[in-house]
Amino acid sequence: MSTERRVVVTGLGATTPLGGTITETWDAILAGRSGARTLTADWVEKYELPVTFAASIHTSPEEVLTKVECRRMDPSAQYAMVASREAWADAGSPEVDPERFMVAIGTGIGGVHTLLAQWDNLREKGVRRVFPLAVPMLMPNTSSGNVSLALGARAGAHTAVSACASGAESMALAVDQIRLGRADIVVAGGTEAAIHPLPFAGFTQMQALSTRNDDPQHASRPYDTGRDGFVMGEGAAVIVLESEEHARARGARIYAELAAAGMSSDAHHITAPEPEGAGASRAMREAVERAGLTPADIVHINAHATSTPVGDVAESNAIRRAFGDATDGMCVSGTKSMTGHLLGAAGALEGLFTILSVHHRIAPATINIEDMDPAIHLDVVRGEHRKLPQGDIAALNNSFGFGGHNVALTVKSI
Amino acid sequence: MAQSEQEILAGLAEIVNEETGLDPESVQSDKAFTDDLDIDSLSMMTIVVNAEEKFGVRIPDDEVKNLRTVGDAVSFIQSSQS
Repeated sequence: MSTERRVVVTGLGATTPLGGTITETWDAILAGRSGARTLTADWVEKYELPVTFAASIHTSPEEVLTKVECRRMDPSAQYAMVASREAWADAGSPEVDPERFMVAIGTGIGGVHTLLAQWDNLREKGVRRVFPLAVPMLMPNTSSGNVSLALGARAGAHTAVSACASGAESMALAVDQIRLGRADIVVAGGTEAAIHPLPFAGFTQMQALSTRNDDPQHASRPYDTGRDGFVMGEGAAVIVLESEEHARARGARIYAELAAAGMSSDAHHITAPEPEGAGASRAMREAVERAGLTPADIVHINAHATSTPVGDVAESNAIRRAFGDATDGMCVSGTKSMTGHLLGAAGALEGLFTILSVHHRIAPATINIEDMDPAIHLDVVRGEHRKLPQGDIAALNNSFGFGGHNVALTVKSI
Repeated sequence: MAQSEQEILAGLAEIVNEETGLDPESVQSDKAFTDDLDIDSLSMMTIVVNAEEKFGVRIPDDEVKNLRTVGDAVSFIQSSQS
């Protein structure tokens, strides 16, 4: 592995339930704030939805993008655009060879707002009222396509679609593409805008969402015995990845190294995690081994930890299975307790938190744990943030998705 | 109830601005949609449908290719209204 090109992180951007930028979002994480709020949309009452809250976007893209950009992009692409522009500016808006510049932005659901709004137009007003841009707005690659267009990236525009692992898988794909020599610099991440009555109703019918309607801020509570499902979120998170030589040559600020990814699929059940965590643990081990590390080098895990009764325990088992006693040296954060679950953007946002944790040497506290579940055998950070050690450190980000997708990313200090 | 040429031009400029972000002042009768205003065929479709709704007329797809300039569109809408 030592002959592989090192891939480093040089720019960060996000728009989330906690803030319109990554800085605002990270500050809210360190302040232990929840992004969950009661939904004000009329459809909640109209369809008598059993869940009345979500972690909806903090800053509307309409405050950031032009009116025309908003008209021509699905909300999922609007979020991706906001986060990508921030990340690109954070990387210094470098002059790069367009044919060595790539985009990889994943999504779980794609342009669902557009799809269903245009279906309504067709049924209620007829074919001439269907927006001519309906198809390019609803397709899942609408975000990677629009971002490549806006930034002028011509080495390829890719879209990983693996439900809630999409954002992490896009980052994994970006690392591979740089190592294969197909690009020098990649804008990579995930986006999701699915707080729409249909996907929302689908999740409620699956009984996947928390129903703590009277107390949204305390609804996302990974590892607590009172957890009763995830809180739906939305937003986008994007990073700029470069080969180390490319970053050094232009004197870029480097946050951390995205050292490796591990990926696997469960082939067990379309939604339920494999209870022993065999697939998830393989992904985690692969991520550590491909980074040229051992489990003892990993000091922190940003866990998938969605706050579902089954999922959190399955992940805990999978971590133990992967790393054995070395697990005791890894402090674990469940940041969905604050952000909610951003679905196809979750892995990207948590990948970004993992990068910031390594960069700032701080593991954020998981909020809302009042009664720790005894079935969780992990050193969960709660109450106060945990300082991470000085010297060379590494951390892991876990992301899993419906379909049995498992992705783990290894971040190393630089 | 036919509208004046000026009213139609102003309404059309508003639609073009909404769709493309172009300054309504730049939408003048002698301007060509494609060559001067850089409006592509997809945007043109949206402008046509919005114009149909706003002015209460029908602009058949076959007719759209004949509407080279803003003035062409204004005349077509005005004659359809009367």
